[in-house]
Formats: sequence, C-alpha cells, structure tokens
Amino acid sequence: MDFRKAKRKIKYESELDSHFAKEIVEKAGCEDLFHCIQCGTCGGACPISAYMDYTPRRIVAMTREGLKQDVLESYSIWLCASCYSCAVECPKQIKITDIMYALKQKAIEEGRYPRRFPVTVLAREFFKSVFAKGRNNEGILMTKVLLKTNPLKIFKQALLGLKLWRQGRIGLHSDVIQNRDELRKILSALD
Amino acid sequence: MRYLYYPGCSLKGTGRAYEESMLAVFQALDVLVEELPDWNCCGATAYMAVDELKAFALAARNLALAERMDTDTPPADLIAPCNACYLVLNKAQRYITENESIGNKIHTALAAGDMTYSGGVHVRHPLDILLHDIGVERIKTAVKKPLEGMRVACYYGCQIVRPYATFDDQYNPTSMNQLMWALGAETVDWPLKTRCCGGSLTGTIEELGHRLSFILVKEAINRGANIIATSCPLCHFNLECYQKQWQTRYHDDAHMAVAYFTQIMGMAFGIEEKRLGMRRLFVPPAYIAAVS
Amino acid sequence: MPISSENNGKIPRIGVYICHCGLNIASVVNTQQVAEFARGLPHVVIARENKFMCSDPGQDMIQDDICEHKLNRIVVASCSPLLHERTFRKTAQDAGLNPFYFQMANIREHVSWVTLDNALGTDKAKALVAAAVQRVQSHEALDSQQSPVNPAVLIVGGGIAGIFAALVIADAGRKVYLVEREPTIGGHMAMFDKTFPTLDCSACILTPKMSDVKNHPNIVLWTYSEVEEVKGYAGQFKIKVKRKPRYVKEDDCVGCMLCVEACVFKKPRFADEFNLGFSFRKPIYMPFPQATPPIVLIDPNQCIQLTKGKCKRSCMNVCEKNAIDFSMKETFEEIEVGAIILATGYQTFDPRRIPQYGYGKYEDVYTSLEMERFTNAAGPTQGKIVRRNGETPKSVGIIHCVGSRDKKNHSYCSRVCCMYSLKLAHLIKERTGAEIYNFYIDMRTPGKGYDEFYDRLLDEKIHFIRGRVAEVTDWARRPEEEGKLVLRVEDTLVGIARRIPVDMVVLSVGLEAREDADEIRRQFNISCSHDGWFTERHPKLAPVSTTTDGIFLAGTCQGPKDIPDTVAQAGAAACEALSMIDKGFVQLEPNTAHIEENRCSGCRVCIALCPFSAITPSENGLTSTVNEALCKGCGTCVAACPSGAAQQRLFTDEQIYQEIEGLLSYV
Repeated sequence: MDFRKAKRKIKYESELDSHFAKEIVEKAGCEDLFHCIQCGTCGGACPISAYMDYTPRRIVAMTREGLKQDVLESYSIWLCASCYSCAVECPKQIKITDIMYALKQKAIEEGRYPRRFPVTVLAREFFKSVFAKGRNNEGILMTKVLLKTNPLKIFKQALLGLKLWRQGRIGLHSDVIQNRDELRKILSALD
Repeated sequence: MRYLYYPGCSLKGTGRAYEESMLAVFQALDVLVEELPDWNCCGATAYMAVDELKAFALAARNLALAERMDTDTPPADLIAPCNACYLVLNKAQRYITENESIGNKIHTALAAGDMTYSGGVHVRHPLDILLHDIGVERIKTAVKKPLEGMRVACYYGCQIVRPYATFDDQYNPTSMNQLMWALGAETVDWPLKTRCCGGSLTGTIEELGHRLSFILVKEAINRGANIIATSCPLCHFNLECYQKQWQTRYHDDAHMAVAYFTQIMGMAFGIEEKRLGMRRLFVPPAYIAAVS
Repeated sequence: MPISSENNGKIPRIGVYICHCGLNIASVVNTQQVAEFARGLPHVVIARENKFMCSDPGQDMIQDDICEHKLNRIVVASCSPLLHERTFRKTAQDAGLNPFYFQMANIREHVSWVTLDNALGTDKAKALVAAAVQRVQSHEALDSQQSPVNPAVLIVGGGIAGIFAALVIADAGRKVYLVEREPTIGGHMAMFDKTFPTLDCSACILTPKMSDVKNHPNIVLWTYSEVEEVKGYAGQFKIKVKRKPRYVKEDDCVGCMLCVEACVFKKPRFADEFNLGFSFRKPIYMPFPQATPPIVLIDPNQCIQLTKGKCKRSCMNVCEKNAIDFSMKETFEEIEVGAIILATGYQTFDPRRIPQYGYGKYEDVYTSLEMERFTNAAGPTQGKIVRRNGETPKSVGIIHCVGSRDKKNHSYCSRVCCMYSLKLAHLIKERTGAEIYNFYIDMRTPGKGYDEFYDRLLDEKIHFIRGRVAEVTDWARRPEEEGKLVLRVEDTLVGIARRIPVDMVVLSVGLEAREDADEIRRQFNISCSHDGWFTERHPKLAPVSTTTDGIFLAGTCQGPKDIPDTVAQAGAAACEALSMIDKGFVQLEPNTAHIEENRCSGCRVCIALCPFSAITPSENGLTSTVNEALCKGCGTCVAACPSGAAQQRLFTDEQIYQEIEGLLSYV
C-alpha cells in the first residue's frame, strides 16, 4: 500500500459542467436520461461492466451531475459493445446504449480519447473507408487498425489472416459502389 | 415469393459462407432472392459512434434504394442476414419515421443525392422469413438427411432481438431452435444464447473480447452441444476463428464446430458442401458431417 | 346574516367571482384581467377575485354582494364543480337566492393545470367565464328533491377490508350483506403466517374476526357468490347476487369432514388453491381448517359423480346430516341496499412476465406469496423452509420490486414489498440460519415501527445489496456456483458488478389490480386509474368515496396498501356508509327530464330507452309523460327525442346554446 498515491476525490460545484447533461439529453435516444433511479439493472445486465472503470449506472449519474471530464475520459463508454442488454432490461426504459453513443460522439468531438486507442481508431478508419468507397473491407480495416495501434500484433494475427485468405474470406480487393457521388452528397449534406 | 436482399459488407468478406448457404437454402425452397443493386455499408455500430446522423443516412440510402425497386408486394421486404445490419437498418427506420427532427435531416440529406424515402421498407432477418413466411412444414418437406445426433447450441447474438424484438421473444428466442428441430436436430438449453459475443472488441480490446466469446463456447460444450449455429457473420467469426488462440490464452480447450444456421439447413437439405461454403469453415466440414 | 328579499327578479344582475386557488390558478391565469373582462360583460354588476373563494371570507364576499348589490345570478370561476359546486350553491341559498341561479366555470382543471402558457390560459379562462355568464342568465329557480336511504349495506369482498367494514356497520345496528367470491372469507391475510413489523400471527388476529362475521346477527354472509347485477342509485340500490352451487347444503353441513375422509379418491391429488398448488386436496374439501363458513364444498370439475354421473357417492352415505346434494343449481338472491362498499382486493404480479428471473424455469425460484405459505405452520411444509429437493437452503436471495417501479409492468411502488421482504428475510433466517441477501432499489419503510424493524434486520446480519437483479441463471462461472442459482447484480453502493450464488430465490412480487377489476368497475359505474385501481373521489379529501354517490372503497382495490392502512380505510368507508344511512336521505339533483307536450309527436322512442321506466304514454296516447319521481336525470330521452320535446332541467337546450354562444362570442 502506498499512501503517497492518495488522491483528492472531492468535487466542487465549480468543477462540474452544468450544461453537459442538457447537451446529452437533447441527443436522439437520450431523452430519458433524467428518469434513471440508479437501480443498477444496467450494470448487472452488462456483460462488460466487470471491466469498466465506471458501471453504466455511474456513467448516467455522472453525466447528470455534470462530471463531464470524468465521463468523457472514462474508458467505460468505449467498452460498450452495443449489445443493448441494458436498454432492454432498464425498468425505466432508458436507451442506455444510445446514451453511450452520444457520449462517444461527444468525446470524439472534443478530442478526448487516447490517440492510439483501438476503438476510436477503428471508428475513424471505418468512417474513412465508407466515405470513400461506400463499403468496408474487414481485412483491410483490421490491418489498418493494428498498424495504427499495435503494429507488433500484425505478426500475431498473420497466421489467422493467411488462413482466412486461403478460405476466400478476406482479400485486398475492396468493393466499391457505383454511385459514390450520390452517397457523398448525402453524407456531406449533414455536415 | 420474392425478396430483396441486403448482404452488407461482411457477407461479401468473412461471412461469405453465410451468403452462399443462405442463397442455396432459399433456392432449395423456391424462394426468389434479388440482391439490392449498389447497396452501401449499413452504417454499422462503429459508424454510429462517430456520427449517428451519418450512420442513419447510410442506412437511409439503402432503404431508399429498396423502396425504389419494383417489388411484387409493396412495402418491400428487405432481407438483412447480418445481425448488425439488421439492427442498424431497423433502428434507422424507426428514428427516421418516429423522430421528426432526425427524419427531416435525413430527408434533406437524401434529397441532396436526388433520393427520397417514404418509410415503406420492412427490414427482415432470414430467420423470420424462414419461420414465418415459409414455415416449418415446408422446411420439413425439403429435408433429405435428417440431422439425427446433432445437438445444436443456437446462438442468436444480441442484435436480432435487442432492442427491437419484432419476430421472436426478447429473452428466450426460439425461432432458430424451431428450424433445427424441423431438420431433425436436437437443441441444448443454453442460457447464453443472446449474450454478447464481444462484437468488435475481439479486434480492439482483445483480452475483453476474447473472454466474452470464449465463455460462450465453453458453456455450449458444458451443455452438451456438438455444434453452435450462428446467424451473424461477426458472432460467427468471434466464436470460430479464435478457438486456437484461446488455447494459449486461457490454457483451456474450447474447441467446437461453429456453422451458420443456413449451412446446417443446407446439409439437411442435401445441398453439396461447396455451395454451402463449407470449405470456408475452420472446423472441417467432415467433422460436422460426422456429428450429424 | 342578512337575507336579500328582492333578487329573484327577471332582469339578471350577475356577480362574477374569480378564484386564485392560492397559486394553482393565479400562477397561470391573470385573474385581474379576467375580472376586468367580466366587468365588461352584459348584466354583470360586479366582478371580484379572491385568493380562496371557497374559504369563509370568499363565501361571505358573495353573500354580502348578493344583499348589497341585489345580485340574482352568481358565477364562480374556480375549480371543478365536483369539488365545490355544492359549496357555492349553499352560499347562494343561505343568502336567500335559489341555489340553481349559480354556474361554475372550471379554470383550474380545464385551464391552469393543463397549460404553462399565461396568455393562452388567461384567454381560455375569459372564454369560460363569458360562457358561464351567458348561461346563468337562462337559469331557472328549481327545487331539489330528497330520496330516502335504505339502511342496509352491501360489501363486496371478504378480505380483511370487507370483514372489518362489515363488523363496524353491523355493530352499529345496520344490516350488512357480505358477498365473497371464494368459498371462504379471509382473503390474502388468511394466507400469511406473520404480519410486519410486530410479527404477530396473522391467523390469530384474523380468524376471530372471521367467526364474528359468521355469527353476527346483522351480517348476511354469502360466500362462493358474486354480484350479478347492480341497479338503482345512492340510497336505493337493487342488487342481484349469484350463489354458486357448493353441492353441500350450507345450513346443514357442520364441517365434520367425514365426507372428505370417505371420498372415493383415497389420496388428495388436486392442486390446493389455498396453498398455491404446493399441496393437494380431494374434490370434496374445506379450503383450510379455519375457513369461514366452516363447511365443505365439491369441485364440479373434479368430482366424478358430477363429471361422469357415476360414483359410489360414499361422501353422501357417510354424511349424517344429509348435507350433500348433487342436484344443487346456482341460485339468485335479490336485495335492496342504500350503500355499497367495494373491497375486492388485489392479485399478485405474475413473475413469468419477467422471464430473466427464471420463475417457472428454475424450481427453487418462488414468489413471496408462495413463501408466505411455506413459512405458515398450516402450509404445505408445516412451516419448514425447504428446497424442492427437500434440503434446507444455505443461502436465499430476496429480490424486491418484482413487477413494481418498472415501466414495462407497473410503474408504481407496491408499498408493501420492502416490509414483507424484511419479514420473510427474518423468518427464513430464524428457521434455516441461511445467509439472506436482500436486493432492493430503495428501502421503503415509512410506518409505525417499520424502520425499527429494518434496524433489527440489519442487526441480524442480513445482507442488504442495493441493486436491482438483472438475471437469475444456472450458468456457473466458478466452482462455488455449480448447482446454484446465480444472481447477477450491480452492487450500486460499492459500484461493482457481482455474481451471488444462492440455493433459493424469493421474488417479492408487487400488487396489481385484479384481472376483472374493469368488469367490476363497469358493473358499479365507478372509475379506475390506468393501472386498474379504483379511483377515489378525491385523493385527500374524499379518499373512500367514488364519483358515484353511495359507493365507497376499502382496501387494496383502491391501490396497494398494507394491513393497518387497509383496516383504517375500511373503517372510514364503513363510517361514510353509516353517515349516509343515519342522515336518512340523499339530496337529488333537480336534473330530471320533462316533455313539452306541444312538441311531442308521441313516437315513444324515449319510452323504450328510459332505463328507469319513468316515461309512459299520456292518457290519450298522443304524447308521452315523464314521472319525475322516477327520473334519475340520465338524459337518454333528451338526446334521443327527435323533436326536441324532451328537456332536462339544468341542461335545457336553451342553457346549452347560451353557453356555447357565450363561448363563441369571446372567440
């Protein structure tokens, strides 16, 4: 035990962001943020809560109370695998998965995530590929993610990749859609 | 019967066997399936995290394409075999039609690409089509080699019943079990059938993702299954492709055949292995044939 | 008080009074503007506002103005007429004005409670005042009639609420008909072992009351019976009761049980309802030893004499009183009563609707009501708490809020579950020594001695884990979980997910309205909330009355409540009924119909439609006439009359047109 690691945990009102919750509750699917009774069903139902720094319930509470920095810098929001167990079981029918999405978007918007964090890298690479080609190639995507996060792992997964290639399940050829312009116009209209 | 078919990126890649076997099964049942021309990525889970509106727009383009197609009986039924595509297309459908502000933005965006969408498409999973449109009785008549001795753990994964359980029970789905019974196979009572496989976490945060899929396979073995049937390319990949890596990671053997439910149906229908994409599986088809 | 003598004149002199209702109205409606507006309306002599028009100063103000300004019409813009129409009519009457020269405009429920927009609210309030001012000009002086009250009371439901209310009324010397659907009275309370927080024996306090009911000279007890038809009105209800056949003559059976012994079914093999199917009974049975009345009955779906017509009929042969009668048919009783008390109770939530808790799938998952039977010495295990396999559980999980505080099921709190869960935790701990885990969302113990009971449980080292269980599963992750039921939950106080293996799970199921509550509601013409609970006339000030005069509520049919609250409410309902009886009459609204002979074509449509048979053809047969003593003012004939000859007092066509006109003139 190292007492020198003791850290001040108190929160002063001036450190909280009173607009944060209002911003999140405005987002699609997050309307019920304030209905949460902190029962913890989400944390119990979540197959990943065991690995989170804050359980989904705490994320909701922290969001509501304006602990913006702690929420956006927590890795809980990035661990969410979108299995919707929490949302389905929530007795107040809060769409917790959508709240997680809103928080991820917010974190990306504000640049508050680890640069080489695979989840965000995957999201960005995926986004780029779809914008350019309209479709996504899993093999290329995973290679890019590995390159940008942990290049050493490429060797580890090389055998698996080779096997998949032999089975015709991955390839270096990317599918491209015909009307790329149409798609880009649609996406750009939302900027 | 004729349906539009939305493959999604995975069914052209890692999940090719799913596409091949599904098309073969539909053909055996005299169901016409036509691929949606020039479809694009559904918007998928990862995209949602970056920009939800754009994810909805991606989905909306596909729905608009489907609506534009000349179909027998409008509203068009669009088959989405990948669980993630199924969810994302359905979710987009709901938000566009039920949330006015999102709906308006998406309609404006579609208009920029000279497209319109009036909300008429019905996104459906092949399990739903097989069970409710074609029916168990019809499927039974197509069975040539009943799968006696096969004990299937039916894995539904998360996103076909959650959050929108439209064709099956949210907590205890049975549609795949019913199909397997029609083929003469047994199914095992496996409480993890809708538990998350780890999704894309197996590729990003390995330790976490692998454990999620490992415990699924482990428990399927405990429950006496000799094969896991899947209905989603990502679930399939997670349960199948890392089995070898688990041995070193967990010093525990979790070796088990994993096949798409459509491959299993094809086997019972007597369709040749090649058309079912059997050679694309990690676990040799001979092994699967042996257990049945 | 001065009484005005000359204000019933022909030229209307109207006083308008705008109520603030504290801030209820004034926070939305600009009452000053409304008053100002009213002053400008034709025939309005004076318009004023007051913080509380219903208060003494408010009423005095009206009365003073009636005298001083010779007012002959009064309009009050305040709350719902349901609440204060009677108050203000009396105010006018006491000042010498006919009470029906009064009209109320509802600017609270219809305005300030349904909008936050001040401008719109004020606008609508003005429109409603204009309508009332125009309408009141066409009001007439009316006399209201009285109707006598039959001094008997019908009580529906023989649980603790019905029992208690029956005894209060019967002890006051009034006749009570107590109708119970089941073969015995006692309700849910008879199924419990102990009551919280005092842990006194439920049966010991209930069964004496049950036999008091049976033996009371003023109580007619009809069990195994249902109300078939309700007619009439406050003071004069006509009730038809169906009595289902027991195939045992109630007056002759002494409950000796020889017939049960003698039944050709040597072994009990039919699910025993009272023990929720955890024990068995024969086709001829007594629901439980203290059943009241203490007589047997025969289940017609199980007795082979009744299903197949072939049996040795050993029960009949052994009965010395010749009480068994296989030819018995259902019978009907017709009674007249002045008041009705509904005490129809609740049912428990069916936890199959939350499949993740595994009820019906895992054999050691029980409902709390089942656990009540297990803890009961007269229950299926004689009070022993054992698993299905006969072993004593070493650990038990009690899940609170099953079906309650859950939008997919019931969004309300069932109020009793925290306390009964504590009670069960205590009893299970006492009898098995098991580790007990209570899983709760919020601990709710507001009652006399309740929180002290919680303290006691904490002292008994019961685990209290704040978290709603997500799932009960038999999926073992660790060796210690093998063969157990595992509860997956977030321990929200610690902030981590936990898996807790137990031998037995108790689901603390919530209370819900009975399946047929809606039918009963229609039968008695009362209202219920969207949850199905019967609605009281006012949540604070008329908690046992309903919107139908003469019908009162007691116990959980009105909403979840524990035994002390149920008994208190039953007492209140009994007193309301007695108060009505002792007054001897009910004041009737003078809203009867009459037929204007010169407009009547004699088509007789009204005669066929009148539910009270109050309309007859006139002597020459060319027109119809209403017997106003029989008319109840339902308005059916008025709506049906093709020539507009049927008119209803207080709602004449003229008055309604004036009201509409007033409204439109503002718009």
